[in-house]
Amino acid sequence: MLKKLLNSKEKKATRDGFGDGLYELGKTNDKVVALCADLAGSLKMNKFIESYPLRFFQCGVAEANMMGVAAGLATGGYIPFTGTFANFSTGRVYDQIRQSIAYSNKNVKICASHAGLTLGEDGATHQILEDIGMMKMLPGMTVINPCDYRQTKAATKAIAEHSGPVYLRFGRPGWPIFMPESTPFEIGKGILLNEGSDISVFATGHMVWQALQAADQLAGEGISCEVINIHTIKPLDEEIILDSVSKTGRVVSAEEHQIAGGLGESIASLLARKRPTKMGIVGVNDSFGESGKPTDLMDKYGLGVSDVKAAIKRVLES
Amino acid sequence: MTQLTSLEKTATQIRRDIVRMVHSASSGHPGGSLGCADFFTALYFSEMKHRPEFHMEGRGEDVFVLSNGHISPVFYATLARSGYFDTEELNSFREINSRLQGHPTTHEGLPGVRISTGSLGQGLSVAIGIALSKKLSDDDRYVYALTGDGELQEGQIWEALMFAAHHRVDNLIVTVDWNGQQIDGPNDEVMSLGDLEAKWKSFGWEVLIMEGNQMESVLNGLREAKARSGKDRPVVILMKTEMGYGVDFMQGTHKWHGVAPDDDQLKSALSQLEETLGDY
Repeated sequence: MLKKLLNSKEKKATRDGFGDGLYELGKTNDKVVALCADLAGSLKMNKFIESYPLRFFQCGVAEANMMGVAAGLATGGYIPFTGTFANFSTGRVYDQIRQSIAYSNKNVKICASHAGLTLGEDGATHQILEDIGMMKMLPGMTVINPCDYRQTKAATKAIAEHSGPVYLRFGRPGWPIFMPESTPFEIGKGILLNEGSDISVFATGHMVWQALQAADQLAGEGISCEVINIHTIKPLDEEIILDSVSKTGRVVSAEEHQIAGGLGESIASLLARKRPTKMGIVGVNDSFGESGKPTDLMDKYGLGVSDVKAAIKRVLES
Repeated sequence: MTQLTSLEKTATQIRRDIVRMVHSASSGHPGGSLGCADFFTALYFSEMKHRPEFHMEGRGEDVFVLSNGHISPVFYATLARSGYFDTEELNSFREINSRLQGHPTTHEGLPGVRISTGSLGQGLSVAIGIALSKKLSDDDRYVYALTGDGELQEGQIWEALMFAAHHRVDNLIVTVDWNGQQIDGPNDEVMSLGDLEAKWKSFGWEVLIMEGNQMESVLNGLREAKARSGKDRPVVILMKTEMGYGVDFMQGTHKWHGVAPDDDQLKSALSQLEETLGDY
């Protein structure tokens, strides 16, 4: 299974998955409308806009208003998808999301591209690493961070069928497409990618690819890693986590996010309550990013394959 | 009884409800609520086509959004007197386990409320979104929104103004409660709003000015706003009101923005407001 997944030959950005998913939704669901704050090209929304111009609202560089307009469209029975960078989809408009969307329980889909370090050269002003934390704290908010083009496309389509606010986080760079076409996407259900017996590795977003590579390399050293893709950070798939941990007794999580507030903390909280387990967290450790190439940044800030491997070994040796 | 007299009597009862609610909760915002009682009465008892059998989507009916959510007392009293829920429920204002939260919310399922407001500057954007949903679904009814004047200091308001003009949201009628007061004092001392009429006009809006504490003027203003809608431009009514209107010691000052009357003050206020429809 591992070799098959790692045999990926094609790369495409997760944001392309969003654009293609949105376009397909336009065809199948006439309640779906889209809004963008002057980043339609970056968000790959152009196919939707060209095909369904009356269901697209350009908001200009005014994200706060965009969130409110989306809440209003949802009030009127539509399913709005807002599109801008993750930074401007969350921190910049946190109160608008809190009051007009989350507390008001509006069926708004907040779709956020260019999340994390892999945004690259634009630097730390745009590389948000706190968004998962902010969004998961909001009552009733569903938080999803898909791992490749296919999963992002599937997630985009799935959230239209889910009633309630959703935060969908994806990224900028071309990234290996490795999820099998046949893998179904179910909100809140983790996906077992590789069975293993020594340690459970729970990864989300771009870090799933890193985790798979780490598992493959460690297999050569006789370490058996169970790799599970947690695409939905909230609600967390407690069952798949506890089942795996009851087998392996060791845990590492991996995400392109601050350690504070991320997936790792959600898992640690679950394990502290239900099954205390030795655990390592791969994430950015209380730091802003900087300009650079995505893979170089991942290496510098502790998100490289070697960092995942080291974390696994630390937990196994502890 | 003429329609005008009947509406005036309703507004007086709503004012009674407001001071009684705020007194009972020992908190709340009577000033802006009293100033807007005539507007709410004209809207809900005359000008708006609406159904107290509440449907969130509001398809085929006029929809109202209160952006300055702190004047919830006048909103709740109006909704109750319009039949959205029993007037008895006004007793629960700001109490625990109540649907009548300090600021209006959809969270507790109170009929008539479509969005949670109170964090200022957000309701106008939501009203625009509802207006767009009406256009998308070929629903020719209006969306009304009320904002405070101090609220116009929020940046999101001006984002919304640009958006509504750019997208020709001409089924939207916004009213500004232009009482010139906010929590810390008069607008001109706290943060000058400048030439409001020129500002809204320069953003591409159709602008009306109306006296907000005379029922006839409010009715005429709302009708004129409707007549001017549907012509590619959003419409705003700059409504001149007095904060605290109807209770002499609360009138024309920011001091009663968010303060509850004590027992003696309640007695004095109620002596100035005739019980026209029966207290809850």
